[in-house]
Amino acid sequence: MITTAFSYHKAGTVADALKLLAECGDDAKILAGGHSLIPAMKLRLNQPEHLIDISGISEIRYIRCEGNSLRVGAGATHADIANSSDVQSHMPMLAETAALIGDPAVRNKGTMGGVLAHADPAADYPAALLAADAEVVVQGPGGERIIALENFLLGLFDTDLAENEIIVEVRMNISPSNAKSTYQKFMQPASRYAIVGCAAMVTVDQGRISDAKVAFSSVAEKAFRAREVENALKGQEASEATIKAAVKNAVNGVEVLSDHFASSEYRGHLAKVYAERALKAVI
Amino acid sequence: MANYIGKPVKRVEDKRFITGKGKYTDDIVLPNMSYAYILRSPYAHATINSVDISAAQAMDGVVAIFTGADIAEAGISGVPCGWQVNFKNGDTMKEPPHPLLVKDKSLHVGDGVAVVIAESKEIARDAADLIEVEYDEHDAVSNPADALKDGAPLVHADAPGNLAFDWEIGDKDKTDAAMAAAHHITKLEFVNQRVVPNAIEPRAAIGDYDGSRDHYTLYTSSQNPHLIRLLMCAFVLGLPEHKVRVVSPDVGGGFGSKIFHYAEEALVTWASKQIGRPVKWTADRSEAFLTDAHGRDHVTTAELGLDTEGNFVGLRVNTVANMGAYLSTFAPAVPTYLHGTLLQGLYTTPAIHIDLKAAFTHTNAVDAYRGAGRPEATFLLERLVETAAIEIGMDPAELRIKNFIPPFDGVEEPGYQTQVALQYDSGNYEPVVRKAMEMVGYDDFRREQAAAKAEGRLLGIGFSTYIEACGIAPSAVVGALGARAGLFESSQVRVQPTGKVSVYTGSHSHGQGHETTFAQVVADQFGIALEDVDIVHGDSDAVAFGMGTYGSRSLAVGGSAIVKSCQKVIEKGAKIAAHLLEVSEEDLEFAGGSWTVKGTDKSVGFGDVALTAYVPHNYPEDIEPGLDFSSFYDPKNFTYPFGCHICVVEIDPDTGKVDVKRFVAVDDVGNIINPMIVEGQIHGGVAQGIGQALFEEVLYDDNASLLNGSYMDYTMPRADDLPMFEVGNTVTPCPHNPLGVKGAGEAGCIAATPAVVNAVVDALKDYNVKDIRMPMTPERVWRAMHSNGNGHH
Repeated sequence: MITTAFSYHKAGTVADALKLLAECGDDAKILAGGHSLIPAMKLRLNQPEHLIDISGISEIRYIRCEGNSLRVGAGATHADIANSSDVQSHMPMLAETAALIGDPAVRNKGTMGGVLAHADPAADYPAALLAADAEVVVQGPGGERIIALENFLLGLFDTDLAENEIIVEVRMNISPSNAKSTYQKFMQPASRYAIVGCAAMVTVDQGRISDAKVAFSSVAEKAFRAREVENALKGQEASEATIKAAVKNAVNGVEVLSDHFASSEYRGHLAKVYAERALKAVI
Repeated sequence: MANYIGKPVKRVEDKRFITGKGKYTDDIVLPNMSYAYILRSPYAHATINSVDISAAQAMDGVVAIFTGADIAEAGISGVPCGWQVNFKNGDTMKEPPHPLLVKDKSLHVGDGVAVVIAESKEIARDAADLIEVEYDEHDAVSNPADALKDGAPLVHADAPGNLAFDWEIGDKDKTDAAMAAAHHITKLEFVNQRVVPNAIEPRAAIGDYDGSRDHYTLYTSSQNPHLIRLLMCAFVLGLPEHKVRVVSPDVGGGFGSKIFHYAEEALVTWASKQIGRPVKWTADRSEAFLTDAHGRDHVTTAELGLDTEGNFVGLRVNTVANMGAYLSTFAPAVPTYLHGTLLQGLYTTPAIHIDLKAAFTHTNAVDAYRGAGRPEATFLLERLVETAAIEIGMDPAELRIKNFIPPFDGVEEPGYQTQVALQYDSGNYEPVVRKAMEMVGYDDFRREQAAAKAEGRLLGIGFSTYIEACGIAPSAVVGALGARAGLFESSQVRVQPTGKVSVYTGSHSHGQGHETTFAQVVADQFGIALEDVDIVHGDSDAVAFGMGTYGSRSLAVGGSAIVKSCQKVIEKGAKIAAHLLEVSEEDLEFAGGSWTVKGTDKSVGFGDVALTAYVPHNYPEDIEPGLDFSSFYDPKNFTYPFGCHICVVEIDPDTGKVDVKRFVAVDDVGNIINPMIVEGQIHGGVAQGIGQALFEEVLYDDNASLLNGSYMDYTMPRADDLPMFEVGNTVTPCPHNPLGVKGAGEAGCIAATPAVVNAVVDALKDYNVKDIRMPMTPERVWRAMHSNGNGHH
């Protein structure tokens, strides 16, 4: 497993990384945790001429609350996120998600920014981030752009990130104090990616569901919000019957992925099962 | 006196493995070494129109490139098959050539097309990308049953219908008659799917030709270096054996896949002479998936006939076995003499017949993988028996016990002659089942299962009993069955002048712990300390000869050869001791490391005798100096370990996911030298057996391209998929070898698989599920639950 030859550049700052990106042009790839990129390079599926290593940029490795906003630097690792008390208390489903990614080695190297830029449909974060209405902050030569994650994810390994931009932050409002959230995952047994991942954030007020956000990873080409499920929950009594009725709509109109671990029929079924499990955990 | 035998001595080899000091083939760096990369065909079936190496050859750092045409021009024969099976009509099996590199046609994805040798492995890899090969792709076939159908793409022009051979064993007429008269017939059709052995160390080989003495050294990650030397010298390269040394240093697992002689071994040996430099090749994981011989891959129809009492009256089997594109070293033996001959199982079934067809397909070779044929036989039997128990409404344990062969010790009572050629050595089968049932708490479990059912939970329990033929094998017997080699073992026990002992064995350890187990045997033979014994293996220059390690043979055959040499040492030592003590040999007894004059305290120690043998100043006149003996041991029979495994599963009714809750294994492997090592062998085997039941399967697309050749896609069992194993044993010694041992390496992998399937089927008994194809993935289980008109529960 030997990559093609490439030049390695270590960026010390975001500005540095953008400059290198501009200089190296189309043949450059950003290296963050490298857990998707390096295997692809070893299989020669990806043959960049330049690797720009941003894993040492300390200015994007942070997790903090600013007022009502939870800010996760693109360089924060999965372990950082899983272990962050800010994330655990203000967006528990995100901490839960991070703790379910890969294994300790992956969690210690892999980053939030890397996952979103790679846009693997099986990645875990997008479900929780969509349910949190997260936004992606990117920086390029023209300055900063803030893009809702739902618009940032375009499809299979495809995002709105321009070739001369990098992700610097993901931000979201902290979850309301009366909301509960969770992420439930059915794992692909070999890679331990998700076959289905479901995030749910629900607020129950006096026995009624006042707000519900439900999103899926790994069910379709890109992660998505299950608005039909949400609508079927909102305003309804917080009961098992409500949940069971709502999850029936989980994959309506969705082109469900199929692979040798799960056909689209089975994956669609699992989406309902995992939506039900997630909702039962928070309602 | 047993100071060590029977004790869980910690493995002496583990210090170097755990501290990273093991020395594997890829760790060896020779002066002026070059690196090989093999360009492999991406097509399962393609004509090679042209191979243009000019751009690659021009690359800086490329030393040489050889193609299939160069190999053909050099007149090098292909890799041979080591076991001949004849067609039913007596014709020799089809044995098409297996060239080191293909010239005209690629017959499976991964077939070698060219080898690039360069100053570094990076350069070799990059240069390979510059080789332009023009292929014409043809239709391909991967499934063995499909390969035998009319109109299937042909793998070899001289093997019509893709039939490598057909074969049968047992009495067909008697079996047909028994089945016709049977009160009940249980019939199953199933696939024993193809799996990848997945040794943690990928294969590697270094060829090192020394022109100054016209001598070759091959370092190779192999289970049997002497066999590789024999096959490579005699059949591939035509080299004189005394000019060839083969070394298999530390080897990181084999599970059968490193028994075989592979093209790369001969290729680097030959290429080293061509370029006058050492050549190293190391497989990457993708190559391991593509080229390490795979295991299993049977398509079977099996029927068990029972009378009104539940006695087995007949067993009729039809199997198609996949050989892959070429016949690997032991491939023809696996579905035949290691499978058909095991169909008696533990049962008294009086009429048995198997009809087998071996098919060529456009896939990598299939050969022995842990258990090799015996897991397939056990799976077939134990699925049938469990299904029969359900169908006739009898408890599966009781049905088994009812049909068991009665106990026989092989000493006072004779061995048991089966309907399928073998004669079992000794056996006492009911106790393993009773013990396993007691360990699992069978009656309690049935209550727990019923209570769980009331809560909507699906618990299941599955049995498996097995017998295997180990300690491979009496040379004359296997010779008559087509083996092209003997299957004895050699040993040399060299007592050093200080009384320390170096032992040279032809067995090869690649995870089994021989350096500990064999040392325990020798230390107890001589009554000396374990630290005073060193086990040497894996080097054809150090060890006189050897047939290597597979078929759970090392202790039964290799260990017996060591005991023979130890006995010779003790015999000669007695003569020296008698001389030193000025008594006759008959007056001496040897125990605790000393020869003592019976009834006195006059004695002489093992170390003094050793020193005397090498400093023979005061020495018997009629014997030679030195204390160093060699032996060859050819076993009288196979050994026949047996056991009972019980698996408890819980199935998630929403997802179909199977959770193995408990796994009880009671094995009888004869006498046990090191219970910790035996337990470890059982654990590893059970993990692989569960792996096949639940996770592992090689997938090909319609063009016979491998779909899941990486750990991202091919599911290996992991620690968190498995429960803590509960292991027990009974002891029925082997009557025909000096240690009374039977072998433990494959037992777990043989027994575990059907126990898991039986447990899943038991858990789904209310869903009318008769069988589930392996691996029992969540989706397969879920679909089974929702077929048969069950609807959504």
